[in-house]
This record gives sequence, C-alpha cells and structure tokens, in this order.
Amino acid sequence: MSESLLEVKGLRKYYPLNKGFFSRERGSVKAVDDISFAVSKGETFGLVGESGCGKSTTGRALLRLIEPTAGEIWFEGQELTKLSAEDMRRQRREMQIVFQDPFSSLDPRYTVQRILEEPMIVHATCDARQRKAEVERLADVVGLSRAHLQRYPHQFSGGQRQRIGIARALALHPKLIIADEPVSALDVSIQSQVINLMQDLQREFGLTYIFIAHDLSVVKHICDRVAVMYLGRIVEITDKHKLYARPQHPYTQALLSAVPEPDPDIRKERIILQGEVPSPANAPVGCAFNTRCPRVMEQCRVIRPPLMETESGHFTACHLYDGEANTPLA
Amino acid sequence: MIQPILSIENLHTHFLTDRGEVPAVDGVDLYINPGEVLGVVGESGCGKSVTSLSILKLVPSPPGRIVDGRILLKGRDIVPLKEKDMRKIRGDSVSMIFQEPMTSLNPLFTVGQQIMETVRLHRGRSRKEAREHAVGMLRKVGIPRPEAIIDEYPHQLSGGMRQRVMIAMSISCSPELLIADEPTTALDVTIQAQILELIRQLNEEQGTAVMLITHDLGVVAEMCHRVAVMYAGKVVEEGSVHDIFKNPLHPYTRGLIASVPRMDEAKERLYSIPGNVPILSTEMQGCRFAPRCPEVMELCMQSLPALTRQEEQHSCRCWLFDREQEDAV
Repeated sequence: MSESLLEVKGLRKYYPLNKGFFSRERGSVKAVDDISFAVSKGETFGLVGESGCGKSTTGRALLRLIEPTAGEIWFEGQELTKLSAEDMRRQRREMQIVFQDPFSSLDPRYTVQRILEEPMIVHATCDARQRKAEVERLADVVGLSRAHLQRYPHQFSGGQRQRIGIARALALHPKLIIADEPVSALDVSIQSQVINLMQDLQREFGLTYIFIAHDLSVVKHICDRVAVMYLGRIVEITDKHKLYARPQHPYTQALLSAVPEPDPDIRKERIILQGEVPSPANAPVGCAFNTRCPRVMEQCRVIRPPLMETESGHFTACHLYDGEANTPLA
Repeated sequence: MIQPILSIENLHTHFLTDRGEVPAVDGVDLYINPGEVLGVVGESGCGKSVTSLSILKLVPSPPGRIVDGRILLKGRDIVPLKEKDMRKIRGDSVSMIFQEPMTSLNPLFTVGQQIMETVRLHRGRSRKEAREHAVGMLRKVGIPRPEAIIDEYPHQLSGGMRQRVMIAMSISCSPELLIADEPTTALDVTIQAQILELIRQLNEEQGTAVMLITHDLGVVAEMCHRVAVMYAGKVVEEGSVHDIFKNPLHPYTRGLIASVPRMDEAKERLYSIPGNVPILSTEMQGCRFAPRCPEVMELCMQSLPALTRQEEQHSCRCWLFDREQEDAV
C-alpha cells in the first residue's frame, strides 16, 4: 500500500445533552464514537452507512468544520486538531469539501465567476488577472461554458450546480476532496455524468477522495476501499472487492442484501433487519448493532467488539470473528 | 379480456406559470389490471407524479388543470366528477401514499384519529369499531405495540414508522388500487426493504393493484410486473419488467439502464446521457428526447413518433421502431 495522506486515530464527536434550564450535562449523543482509519494518496475511500450513522459528521470533523471532541487527524505528517484556527484555515487549501445539496451550498447572490474566485481571494493565491484565467480554466475542466460564468446559481440545473461546487473545491488545487453525498440529489442520468467527471478529475489531478454516500452501488463503482459505519462506529473496513463479495459483519451483510438490483432475474436472499437504528443518545451497551443483529450472542450485549484484522486487509468489529489469531487494530 | 381497474387515455395536465402553459403530462396512456404492480419510472419533471395526482384529482388548481383525456376507474370516467364525488373515491377504492410521510400526516392529530377518520367516513363505523379496526391495521403493517402507538402523534415516530402508518391509513378500506408515489425514497435501505416487503405482501395476499412511481430502477426491477417509462410528460416505452430490463428499445430507456452503477458487475466507466431534461412547453416539436438521443435522425426533430406496439405487451415511442413509417419512407 502506498503512503497515507490522511490518518485518523480515535476520532470522537460527542454532543452534550442538557436537561432543563440550569441543569448539568446529562449524557451525550455520540455522533462519532472512536473511529480510526487511514486514506492513501490517490485512492477513493468510501464512508457508507444509513442516516444518523455519523458519516457526514466524520467528513466535517476531518476539516474541523465541526470541532472533534477527541482524537487525532494526521494530514501529511501534521496533526490538525492541534492547529490554531488561522493555521487550520490555511490548511484547508489542501482539503476541500463538496456538499450534497448544490442548492443550498452556493451563495445565490453571487455569479458563478465570483463563487469560483472566492477561495482564491480568501487565500490570496493570485491577482485579479490570474484569477480570471484560473476561473475560465476551472469552468473548462468541469464542463461549464464561459457564458455560464456570468449567471447565478438559480439559473442552473442540479447537475450543473454540482459541477460548480466541484469547480470551487478544485480552485485551490487541493490534495484531498471530501465529497459528502455529491450525487444523491441528482437524477440517474445526471448522476452518471457527475461520477464520470469526478473520476476524470481524480486521474488528471491525482486527487484523493473521501466519498461519503448511502448508495452502495455508487460506492462500489467509485471507491477503492470502503468503511461501513453504524451508530457512530466503523463496523467493517476493507477493499471494495472483499467487502462486496464477502462481507463479514452481519450489518454489512444485511445492508448489501437490502439493495434492490436493476435486474428482474436477480432474486436475492434478503436479510430483512427487524426494528430500527437505536438513538445515538442511548446507544446499546456492547456492540451497537446487538439490538437488530440476527446472529447476536451473549457477549455482544456486554463487550464492545474492537475492529480486528480478520484476514489480510479486512477489518471487522464483530465477536463472531474473535479468533485467537486476530490482532486488534492499533 | 380483463377489465383494467384503471385506464388513462390521452391525459393532458397543464400548469399555468409565468413562463406560459407547461404541459407536465402531455398525452399519457396507461392501464393497470387487477392485482398488478405497474411501475412508472422517469426522472424529475417527467410527469410521473403529476400523472398520479391527476388520477385522484389532487393536482393543485389553479395553476394545474386536466385539459384533456379520460381517467376510467373500473370503466367510469372520473374526470368530470365533482369534488364531493371524488371524496367518496379517495381513500376508499383508490388510495395513495406519498414520499414524505411527515408532511402528508397531520401533525395535530394522533395516528389513530387519522386512520379512524377514513373508516368512519367511508364505512360509517362507530368510534369504537373504528378504533379496533385501526389497531388491527397498525398491527398488520408491522407496527409494534399498536395499542400504544395509536395514541401517539406523527412527530413521535421515525420515518419508517410514519410510512407504515401512511400505509395502514391507505389500506384501511381495502382499496382496489394503491398509488405509491416514491414511497421509499426518503428511507434508508434497510427500512426501504421492510416497506417494499409490506407493499408486496399487500399485493400478493389481498390482490391490491399497485401503481408504483419511482426513479429507482432497482425498486422497479424488484417489485413490478409491468413498467412504463416516462420522459418529458410522455410515456416513451411500456412493457413487462422483463422486456424493459432485458430488451429495452427506446434509446432513453437504454441510456437510463446503462447509467446505473450496479453491484453485480464492474464497469470501468458509466454510460451517461448527454445534456439535460428539456424545459416543457406547449410549442415543443418532434421527439422530446431527440436533442439528447445518440441515434437521432432528421425526422425525429420534426415530428413526434407515436407509442406503437412492438410485441404482445411491449410498446415504444421511437421512429427507429415505427414500422409503418419505414414502409412509408
């Protein structure tokens, strides 16, 4: 494996729960609860899970758009959580984010020209003439015409707006792009245009992506490695071929079996999970999945299973794989 | 021949907007047989939701208006019916579930009151009977502790539970036709699997016909017997689920299927349909898909092809498959 661009160790984000007006803190919502992973240069790392699993919070915490409660984020040998606000702001030149909703993440009062210039002004990377040339280059790269630059966001369709969002993220030549559900709001035919664009850009500029999504088919198409999250925790990480061919965690198995396939001849053996995801304010003791797991055992209700390497490059947090040979993930 | 539960003939629903008259539904023909699950697929703005709202005459008017066509419910045209008569149909022989169960349930009433309203209105049951019936319905859609949940308000329930309540409400008078407009789009996959299973059971056990409107081709392949593909206010292809997925004819259908990433095969690159959905207007000419079509011909820009039968059940609106046209040329 090539060297890591980003390494996350024990990341946590807890939101305090207060009851009453003057009262003290009573527990917390554990949106992200002790997760660790590493992302290599040039790869696309997927974070998948259902709503409320903490995947978006993780994405934002990596950029410190949300301050993590605990944990370390190493980016190119630098520990980000220790940086001052000003240093972190500068650091974000290297790390950009593309949001899900292209309707609310672009300022409606600005033209596209201005939206794309903004990051260069904020970081004072170049003068006005260079900026103009740079904006035109960005427009070409994402497939917008020069005429589009003088228009406002509301004049564009969803797919075009997402192109603007991607162009803006590219404006400062970042190394890492965190894409939070970038194609979820788009129609199928537009979705494939944006996915292809993202793959072309990755090849052209050697980008590293963290791709946050709930659509498992899209994740399989675009990602190299995938982490599956449930209730603020990572339950399984491996490369996509292993994950989709031989999922180990019962949650991953159920999740994959639940995806409807666009082929009427495929009749899947479906694992239908009972009940719903528990509230992260009141996560179960032991394994977070124990309330819905079809293979739950006694110890699952007591001990939280650590993420262990169950075979080469395949990490699973489940007591079913608690063999002697397994070594805990550092 | 079996009489369809519903048949729509040449339906035109237009909206009056600042930009002029928009033909959201522009000559749609569809039918649903008893016990059948018909999928209506298409992307945003193709007119699939407006078609379904037109069936129950729920299109907000103004600005919307059914300008032409017939909607035959068991042979009876409901387009001329008055609001009072429509109310007798809605929730009784035809009912509907929507995408967003939070906005389609009334936040001021308990779950029970909302389910009971339907049966009391249509079946004239007493309060006590209606309540028992409502508990039974909630149990049937798989809600745990129905005796307690019946007195809760919609905001106290999760998204999946709310959708179950919507379904309980819509089937409480045993409708012959259930219209489900993107019923699982707002839900997570594991919850989606539960809801789809429930709809399938209704169809198989009670024989309820279902019109399933969705943009998700996976859901269509899994649930439907027959499929209609819509584009820009028109049906462009219609056939059995097998025809549509294994032998798609219309270039739009083919493009749509090729655009979807799949879990069972690895594609180096996804196919993508160039361009965007057209802005609808009454002045459109030719095939609506022509500007994006990889196989566009001169004829396509000038004149609109008809929906023509290719095989027993398989129809397509494309000049490539219009045999009479070929003969004429």
